[in-house]
Amino acid sequence: MKKTWLLMSAALAMGVTTAQAEEVRVYNWSDYIDEELLTKFEEETGIDLIYDVFDSNEVLETKMLAGGSGYDVVVPSGTFLQRQITAGAFQPLDIAKLSNHGNMWDVIASRTAKYDPENAYSINYMWGTTGIGVNMGKVTEALGEDAPIDSLALIFDPANMEKLASCGVHILDAPAEIIPAALAYLGEDPDSHDPDVIAKAEPILTAIAPYVQKFHSSEYINALANGDICVAVGWSGDVLQARDRAVEADNGVEIAYNAAKEGSLMWFDQMAIPADAPNPDAAHKFLNFIMDEHNMAAASNYVYYANGNKASQAHLEEDVIGDPAIYPTEEALGTLYTTTPYPAKVQRVVTRLWTKVKSGT
Amino acid sequence: MKRFGLISVPYFWLLALFLVPFLIVLKISLSDTALAIPPYTPTLDLSQGWAGFTEWWSGLDMENFTWLTQDDLYWKAYLSSLKIATISTILALLVGFPIAYGMSRAPDDWRPTLMMLIILPFWTSFLIRVYAWKAILSQEGLLNQFLMNIGLIGEPLTILNTNTAVYIGIVYTYLPFMVLPIYSALERLDESLLEAAEDLGCSRMTAFWLVTLPLAKQGIIAGSFLVFIPAMGEFVIPSLLGGSKTLMIGKVLWEEFFSNRDWPVASAVAVILLLILIIPIVLFQRNEEKQREAGK
Repeated sequence: MKKTWLLMSAALAMGVTTAQAEEVRVYNWSDYIDEELLTKFEEETGIDLIYDVFDSNEVLETKMLAGGSGYDVVVPSGTFLQRQITAGAFQPLDIAKLSNHGNMWDVIASRTAKYDPENAYSINYMWGTTGIGVNMGKVTEALGEDAPIDSLALIFDPANMEKLASCGVHILDAPAEIIPAALAYLGEDPDSHDPDVIAKAEPILTAIAPYVQKFHSSEYINALANGDICVAVGWSGDVLQARDRAVEADNGVEIAYNAAKEGSLMWFDQMAIPADAPNPDAAHKFLNFIMDEHNMAAASNYVYYANGNKASQAHLEEDVIGDPAIYPTEEALGTLYTTTPYPAKVQRVVTRLWTKVKSGT
Repeated sequence: MKRFGLISVPYFWLLALFLVPFLIVLKISLSDTALAIPPYTPTLDLSQGWAGFTEWWSGLDMENFTWLTQDDLYWKAYLSSLKIATISTILALLVGFPIAYGMSRAPDDWRPTLMMLIILPFWTSFLIRVYAWKAILSQEGLLNQFLMNIGLIGEPLTILNTNTAVYIGIVYTYLPFMVLPIYSALERLDESLLEAAEDLGCSRMTAFWLVTLPLAKQGIIAGSFLVFIPAMGEFVIPSLLGGSKTLMIGKVLWEEFFSNRDWPVASAVAVILLLILIIPIVLFQRNEEKQREAGK
């Protein structure tokens, strides 16, 4: 799917050079929208949409901080958004241009205000949790009926991982999410910025690293759906998309997603407009289009992520709004934690630890 | 004056395309990482004139280079790159020399075709050719299917995501750079020298060692450098074909820049990499000069 999009955006880019029409460039996460919405936007506004995808907050941040990315709309997660706002990477939104702004959900807005005070720079696109996706058949085969599929012990206990290694385990290549998870497993504060506390995650992670087939942030959707791997530490909606693809393929693969009972990360992906966006006006139009209740509902129905749009909830399908893996119950919300950005020096400790875990040196 | 103009062209080339970028990288390597655009501090603010310059100058330090020495990751990555580049060069030589030798001994009217066959793969994107190796080497790939069909192996071999795949990728990609210089050296070889050697009692084998090889030496050296230097800093091949255990400095550099967003450390790694590469380049240059003098 990603490849088709790259091709299509390349084709779009070529079309633009000949037509000289107004264009807007959007840089969003991979597998994160109903593609029909992109065509709909072009039809409604007459603006050419160039849609590129990424799968790592880190890569997005490198582009933002280098400046001159050429994008009009980007989608960083909360902590990264906060860092980039501090760096001056974004322009404040012009709420007057966003007639659909009233559709936003105050419950989520109050949470995202932690990263973007008063939500002056961003709107919530979607939110979710970082949890564990399992192939039920293969995991019960490896670990028995009482496999701890809703516990971090499944992936952080080397005894379990040793048995799972042969059927394949993928973990997100996202240090800012996996290190907090390891700390949560240890009963430490997942949002700790103390290098001594962060260091405690290292032995946990190095012990399981040999059993991890790959640290990657997007390949696991297809790998889970095809039955190539049996466990993925991934993002809620991605795992649910894998579940959906497996059902469609009717290949006997049964995927389940669980947030960890020890606590899972709750994250928010925010749409924002870079300070040097070439076409901020079209960017506002795109945000307003996304904030339309029907469009937002279509996106969530397609990618199985919860959104920050209250009005869209009336149009969500039952297997989205009614699924506690997507819209957690009040009680489940209590176990979710959020994180804040690491200061620069701590960031270096975190990334170094991560390199060490991945490369074994 | 005219002469000066001619000489200044290569110098301008060197200045604009090597020295200036190098100084920019060096400058970043001496600064500190910061949460800003661009993500390092201090930046040179010339609008404040001399004061801006002195302020910038006083903000520079060697901290990032100290950081590199304190962490063995970087040395391991340099040494591992060195090892991978050396082994790849030797392998490319072992594969490339017979090819070049065969080409130079082929009938005259075959040579353009043979040359074409060596150059042809360059017409396809390098990235696509490396991706193709993924399809060949993977567990369900062509190679494993073939070996299993002919009954040579029972279980598929794990080649993709290991160093073996990286060697295959590098040797494949850079082979033409090894073949062409050796071919051009061998092509010039005067056959009567070999006849003379045989007349004087050399066996074919000894004539090869005593005549052909020394005369091909220049080509071998040039080819080896053309393979070794890019292989040392290679990033695409190890990231596509290698696993997480494949440690190469190009990959570390990418990680520092993109994943860690630490431009100063990434720049320091690049400066050291350049210094390490300058040594073989200088040796190469010396050798060329010596040869030229001997030629006179």
